[in-house]
Amino acid sequence: MDMKASKKKLGLKEKYAHMTRGLGWETSYQPMDKVFPQATFEGIKIHDWDKWEDPFRLTMDAYWKYQAEKERKLYAVLDAFAQNNGHLGITDARYLNAVKLFLTGISPLEYVAHRGFAAAGRNFPGVGPRVACLMQSVDEVRHAQTQIHALSNYNKHYDGFHDFKHMLERVWYLSVPKSFFDDAFSAGPFEWMIAIGFSFEYVLTNLLFVPFMSGAAYNGDMATVTFGFSAQSDEARHMTLGLECIKFMLEQDPDNLPIVQKWIDKWAWRGIRVLTLVGMMMDYMLPKRVMSWKEAWEIYFEQNGGALFNDLAKYGIKVPECLTQCTEDKEHVSHQAWATFYQYGGAAAFHTWMPNDEEMDWLSAKYPNTFDKYYRARFTHWRDEAEKGNRFYTNTLPMLCQVCQIPMLFTEPGDPTKICYRESEYQGEKYHTCSDGCKHIFDDEPEKYIQAWLPVHQIYQGNCFPEGTDPTAEGFDPLAAVLDWYHFNNGKDNMDFEGSRDQANFAMWRGMATKNT
Amino acid sequence: MQIDLRTVSIKPLRHTFDHIARRFGDKPASRYQEGTYDIQQTDIFHYRPLWEPERKLFDKARTQVEMKDWYDLKDPRQFYYGAWTIARSRQQDAAESCFDMIEDRQLGDIIPAEVRQMALDILVPMRHVEWGGNMGNSYISAYGYGTAITQPCLYHAMDHLAVAQYLTRIGLVLDGPASLDKAKDAWMQGAMWQPMRQHVENLLVLQDWFEIFVAQNLVLEGLAYPMLYDYLDGDFSANGGTAISMMTRFMAEWSTETAKWVDAQIKVAAAESPENAALLSAWVRQYRAPTLAALAPLAARAFGDKAGDVLAEVTSQFNARCAKAGLSV
Amino acid sequence: MSKVFIAFQLNEETRPIIEAVLADNPHAVAVDSPAMVKIDAEGELVIKRESIEALIGRSFDLQELQINLITISGHLDEDDDEFRLSWPK
Repeated sequence: MDMKASKKKLGLKEKYAHMTRGLGWETSYQPMDKVFPQATFEGIKIHDWDKWEDPFRLTMDAYWKYQAEKERKLYAVLDAFAQNNGHLGITDARYLNAVKLFLTGISPLEYVAHRGFAAAGRNFPGVGPRVACLMQSVDEVRHAQTQIHALSNYNKHYDGFHDFKHMLERVWYLSVPKSFFDDAFSAGPFEWMIAIGFSFEYVLTNLLFVPFMSGAAYNGDMATVTFGFSAQSDEARHMTLGLECIKFMLEQDPDNLPIVQKWIDKWAWRGIRVLTLVGMMMDYMLPKRVMSWKEAWEIYFEQNGGALFNDLAKYGIKVPECLTQCTEDKEHVSHQAWATFYQYGGAAAFHTWMPNDEEMDWLSAKYPNTFDKYYRARFTHWRDEAEKGNRFYTNTLPMLCQVCQIPMLFTEPGDPTKICYRESEYQGEKYHTCSDGCKHIFDDEPEKYIQAWLPVHQIYQGNCFPEGTDPTAEGFDPLAAVLDWYHFNNGKDNMDFEGSRDQANFAMWRGMATKNT
Repeated sequence: MQIDLRTVSIKPLRHTFDHIARRFGDKPASRYQEGTYDIQQTDIFHYRPLWEPERKLFDKARTQVEMKDWYDLKDPRQFYYGAWTIARSRQQDAAESCFDMIEDRQLGDIIPAEVRQMALDILVPMRHVEWGGNMGNSYISAYGYGTAITQPCLYHAMDHLAVAQYLTRIGLVLDGPASLDKAKDAWMQGAMWQPMRQHVENLLVLQDWFEIFVAQNLVLEGLAYPMLYDYLDGDFSANGGTAISMMTRFMAEWSTETAKWVDAQIKVAAAESPENAALLSAWVRQYRAPTLAALAPLAARAFGDKAGDVLAEVTSQFNARCAKAGLSV
Repeated sequence: MSKVFIAFQLNEETRPIIEAVLADNPHAVAVDSPAMVKIDAEGELVIKRESIEALIGRSFDLQELQINLITISGHLDEDDDEFRLSWPK
């Protein structure tokens, strides 16, 4: 009996093919191009959707089984963490600011990824990619929710987490990650797959999650470690989808190569710019460091990305030109970004501070070519001034790049003392970008990037004050009004870590746990 | 030093996120609430979609239905991802043990030939209808408005994929891989299936996402599921096809559960305004006739001269359900 | 040749998996980090169902790997018996 039963059993590949591929059909009562209206407008030519290779072959029964097991484990950890005041086990309350950046800047994007993959999962005429995209879509809603649920407990006790959706849409630096995903979702389904499925998931997500989660583990944050690694277990599926998608496009028609190459160039650069925030988090915001941004870049981008581009070379894909610039930038961007956030610390929904001597020594050791030469003196000066009671906050507003929306903080190739500006003209107006990479993207699609909602421009235009504000009133404080419109608790969410409510509460609660009084 | 952090009693600064507190007050919120309410962006978008430049990325105007607050459409099951996937894995465990038993003991072989043929002719081609249901619901999840409705529609889309896969397994149990090819031929060419295929394809080109919700989730599922998993299933059980009923157990349970969710959406949307109620009612009337026409040849095959009676009963139960949800159909 | 890699969460379930992978792939190197282990290998890495089963004493479905998987690099080819990562030459 058993023998016969097992003989009849289908192999994984065969079973999966029956369970998915066979479901679709060529429509005839309605034309296919009406059923799949987004399939062709980007110029990508697909001749045979059946050539799609499914990398992971999960049917829904297996999907539910394994995902439910992951969810049970994850929520058990989160419950225990909340019940046992796990937040008091972290190394230092400064660490929380990294998590704030994550909840406000990353988690809402997981949500957009969910909607975008639902669209991709409806729009491709092939059944194989549709099923894979839908699984990714439902995974992404999982990620958004598990992150919100994990960080909900921090929100109860610390500042800066409390209105993340409202802030994402408005706050100046959060428009960096937001515009990235808006850009991808407003493109067509194939570009979406290169932008998110390939560039973000395959090339960059390791740089986001692995160091972030190792950082959480180093700093005693078991809630974040748990949701992070649990999310990563889905990412492995997402990465193979992204890689399969790019191979598929390139194998289907030689005319696809220039389009795909253009998208890879664009989205590699877009993604790398967003990751500036992660670099700053790794080098400055983790009290106990895992590895430097530069080291992470070398392992996960240069080595792993190098292997990937070697492989894609057979299709004629070239390493994006912008990457030569990154070899220089990896020595600088985290310092330049932290210096910027330190100066604009009055307008950020997390706390900033200057590194102590021991931390500066670590930075010198990790960045022997740049830290002491370009940054240490300035940082030491700021720290000394702060200790004398002159904590420096800038009161001007920065100029933002029209594409990546990061303030103009990056320096000229070859000259780390000179801020880099690029200018383009479109329909008689001038537009500014932060780099050759961003200028190139702008010049290729100016009609798209002129639409960008640039937070600083909007402030100057008076669009970022609470309703009913009178900017002509005597004593009007524009910064306070903007922070009010952002829903900041001014003086609690922002400013230096030294003297913050987070710092005081964490010390007091830890004291209650360790002393008898 | 081992610190016993548990012993510290801390008064939290706040109980939930501000956007949740604005709706429900600052008190501990459920995981459904924190994972659902207001997490879709609403206010500021950077670029117009290349695929629909006249609209914003998330835009209320993609349906004619109007709601003051789209988060009124809450899910009575309170499904967030974890709750959904854990609930489904339990149901899947039960279904799996049925399939295992049938496959191991080869219970498929003892089903009377005419009952088996009936299942092959009617249930197996339905996998394509389920795939259409997946497409409609993924469209809603992508282009609908507000997580309260877009989230469960994605779960519903994945559930439809699962049902299509259960139906595939039924084909494999009853007649091996050849059953799937025969079912596909019947779907593409067979006279019995053409009205259904035409109807399903017509739903695939609808643009208004709430119209898809009504045509697919309320009307098509509301008429087809009772016919298949109640009436036809009763016939299977009565005629030696209990094994088939075991294999469709998921569908029977699932449709009862999801119908409650669908009704809750319709009820709230209809109660919002007379305009909504009229629009939803008109959609039901518009899609009921072609759905019944598409089911008629299947009913004739399944129920012979009782087909008219079965469809009439199914329709009258369906009409009562709509009336209860506030529609005039 | 390029390196492929796979990373797992470090826990009781993955201990025998890691042991099996290292035994089956003598050229692979395990790198420990907090809460995770990353296994690097030149060119190719193969995970075999039978080897894991021999260590855990029960039947094992390779799709169970997904529960504790953190990340991979390389092209994946999976069937009932093997989970193979490679960069084609």
